[in-house]
Amino acid sequence: MSSTISDIPARGGNILATPALDTERKGLTKKEIAADHPTWCPGCGDFSVLALYFKLIEKRKLWHEKITTVAGIGCSSRFPYFVQAHGAHYIHGRALPFASGISLSRPDLHLFVFGGDGDAFSIGGNHFNHTARKNIKMTYVVMDNWVYGLTKKQTSPTSPLGFKSKTDITGALDQPVNPMKQAISAGATFVARTTHTNPNHVLQMMEAAMDHDGFSFIECLSECVEFYEGAFDSSNPRKGGVFNTVPADHDVTDELAAYKLAGEPFPGSFGIFYKTNRPTKNANEQKIISAAREKVKDLKDWQILQKNFDRLK
Amino acid sequence: MSEATLTAQPSGGSPKVSSISEAVIRIAGNSQDGIQAIGGFLARLAGRSEQEVMTHMTIPATISGGPSIFQVRIGSGEVLSSGDEADVLLAFYQHSYEGHINSLKKGGIVLYDSDHVQPNADWTKEYHHVGVPISGLTVEAIGGTAKDKGKNIYTLGLVAKMFDLNVPKLEKLIGERFTGKDPSILNNALAAFHAGYSHSLGNVIETFKFVESQKKTGHQVVMNGNEAMGYGLIAAGVRFGAGYPITPWSDIMELLRRELPKYGGSFIQCEDEIASISMAIGAGYGGRVAVTGSSGPGISLKTEALGWAIMAEIPLVVVDIQRGGPSTGMPTNVEQSDLNIACFGGHGDSPRVVIAPANVEDCFYMAIEAVNIARKYSVPVIIISDQAIATRIEAFEEPNLEKVCQDISPDLSPVADHKPYDLSAADGVTRHVAPGTRIMSGKYPIATGLEHDELGHPTGSPKLHMQMTAKRRKKLQTLASTLPTPKIYGPSEGNVLLVGWGSTEGPIKEAVDRARAAGESVSSIHIKHINPLPNGLDNIFAGFNHVLVVEMNDEGLYGYGQLGGLLRARFGDPKIRGINKTDGMTFKVKEIVEKARANVATGLRKL
Repeated sequence: MSSTISDIPARGGNILATPALDTERKGLTKKEIAADHPTWCPGCGDFSVLALYFKLIEKRKLWHEKITTVAGIGCSSRFPYFVQAHGAHYIHGRALPFASGISLSRPDLHLFVFGGDGDAFSIGGNHFNHTARKNIKMTYVVMDNWVYGLTKKQTSPTSPLGFKSKTDITGALDQPVNPMKQAISAGATFVARTTHTNPNHVLQMMEAAMDHDGFSFIECLSECVEFYEGAFDSSNPRKGGVFNTVPADHDVTDELAAYKLAGEPFPGSFGIFYKTNRPTKNANEQKIISAAREKVKDLKDWQILQKNFDRLK
Repeated sequence: MSEATLTAQPSGGSPKVSSISEAVIRIAGNSQDGIQAIGGFLARLAGRSEQEVMTHMTIPATISGGPSIFQVRIGSGEVLSSGDEADVLLAFYQHSYEGHINSLKKGGIVLYDSDHVQPNADWTKEYHHVGVPISGLTVEAIGGTAKDKGKNIYTLGLVAKMFDLNVPKLEKLIGERFTGKDPSILNNALAAFHAGYSHSLGNVIETFKFVESQKKTGHQVVMNGNEAMGYGLIAAGVRFGAGYPITPWSDIMELLRRELPKYGGSFIQCEDEIASISMAIGAGYGGRVAVTGSSGPGISLKTEALGWAIMAEIPLVVVDIQRGGPSTGMPTNVEQSDLNIACFGGHGDSPRVVIAPANVEDCFYMAIEAVNIARKYSVPVIIISDQAIATRIEAFEEPNLEKVCQDISPDLSPVADHKPYDLSAADGVTRHVAPGTRIMSGKYPIATGLEHDELGHPTGSPKLHMQMTAKRRKKLQTLASTLPTPKIYGPSEGNVLLVGWGSTEGPIKEAVDRARAAGESVSSIHIKHINPLPNGLDNIFAGFNHVLVVEMNDEGLYGYGQLGGLLRARFGDPKIRGINKTDGMTFKVKEIVEKARANVATGLRKL
């Protein structure tokens, strides 16, 4: 278990008991973590992200009951069904506020949210900004394929200009969202970029994101072989492209440098663009709670309420 | 009203003291004058004197200023409504005087600020006029800088004198109100109060004394409906909530934001209505019933997420403080036009629970009931209140908090196996098991909005969709069989049965009293469980020739109003008809009586 997560104090009166972990338990095997067979098309980049999530769970010895996997709507958002752990498949675009409710009331869980570019930057765009600025503790992996796949090839908010889809038959007209710029400017405290064709890198980013105390965001390029084949070839050395990691001298705490990296033309760089330590919403709320509890520490809940009622007589 | 009701008689001699059992005082001014504070003091004093009290206020929809009224009815006996007509009108300005003189009963007393109000010669014949230069005397009492401040407290002093109110108790209340502030503020307030109290009302007016209350039921607490709802949620064990500011719901969210941290909980202000219901559902999924709420348009925005909670069977409480609609509508006026969206809002077959408190005390206890239904049946529960209950102050018997407060912390102990959507549950009721719970079989559930199998995995099976749809319906039918049948106010058989819900209970009961006093055969029931309806209503309806549903909403395309429409759909009974209105104000007793008479007259012809 990562120390950053287990060290968060349980809330007074909010959680009955955190079951004592059986230290003898072995890490889970892939067989124990896998649930339904994924419904994705053969060759879909999302398979790689799922496989590496399993690997993360194995490697970091996370238990079924301690993982909560949340998603919205879209191809990639089918994710929770394929993981043998507690999970929720929520409505389109609102996975982040749903997950925020879990994060803020259940600090004892490892919380991962998976989704696509439509979920994150179109219907859920506002939630992305606000979850980032509030710095609510969770890991959010956006599998960005630059197209709407589940509804069969409409323009997505990250589709590049000129991309021909069923809703832009002469090519996409609207300036695409740059997920990295969006995340940095919204106030995310961990912003990383990776691609499904480099498994080791995906795992590395997931681990770093999980260990970050705050809202950690990963854009993972994930090719849609059905509706946008070859979209990311120029980032894949096996297809003649280049996979450049973030320069060694890049200062991850430098917001402007991160923003510059985010502005590089495709394929750009991969790795952690930005990382900073700002108090999480979870910690800030806990601070308010601790201060309030200090004043009523010897009282039972009903006695605290009684004090209010005594003033209402 | 009883024979001992306040009546003012011009008298030439020394002031005489009359015993009264109740009084309705309407205070009219501008919203920044602190007239709510006068009303609040009077209400609180009544509560401490074990009297019954009910208030009613209107506020302008502007940010600051604008005409505003506060009406308070205090009685030694039962007080059911804030009163149709005032016994005393306090008028601060010409517009307050002219705008509200009609709300004063003939022969009533108008106490006006003679610095601002020029009395009308015709009206001085019909109403007893008492002019006091309130603004000037307040400045005199507390100094020149406090031009407009303090005149409300000065006026409170005048009222205290007029009704021979308990001065030490009022001083204590004033002290509590200004506690913690600069001591000079409290001193000024007390100076203003005493100046008002010692001002001679002259010998033109008698003073009054309330007969002692017959109520000996222990202590009372005094609060408004939104406060009662907020505290009820805390008593119920709710420790997480999320919301977005909107009138008149915001008071609840502000209260919970302030109070929940003391209990280890928190209330989060979100970026929008959708995020707030989503966050509350997320926390509910996390194992503890959470709350969100809104008014008007905010409720519309929440419906998609509500559908998810119904589908995924996650406990949730949604508070709807109704206001005038549709769209932005009338934000500071009362209406009961959200019943349809509460019961049916959203796509697909989406059964949920809707309950409606009828008074301030109900707001407290029904918040607890909502949480318990949500937990037991794994279903969203909408508490449908309205602007009138939200803002009106009532006194009610102090709850036994030690007994009432409950702990609903999630039980995370391991289970052998768990199917969140188990179809073998005969009554359709399954329980939510929160993340963090180890499931020994190694099979973990997914909470989902897709139609699903018993473990929550997606299915396109027609058979499963039918079974799951039936399961979600059946559990509410199970709930219905446990709900109490409403008590009949008045005889169980007769000509007319008035049916109400929500904040109209008081005026409806008073309408029954008034009609029965006039020899008419009228009874009433008040429905607090709207969806599902309790069993046994058909038996009640069978005892009457006319069933008239009294609602503050439009009669609708087919003429039955919203609850009326629901009851028609449920019972298919043509004697169910509506008494509806949409003027944005609470029902007056005489409106109900007159409309019921008219309705019965036309109805008889139709029959």
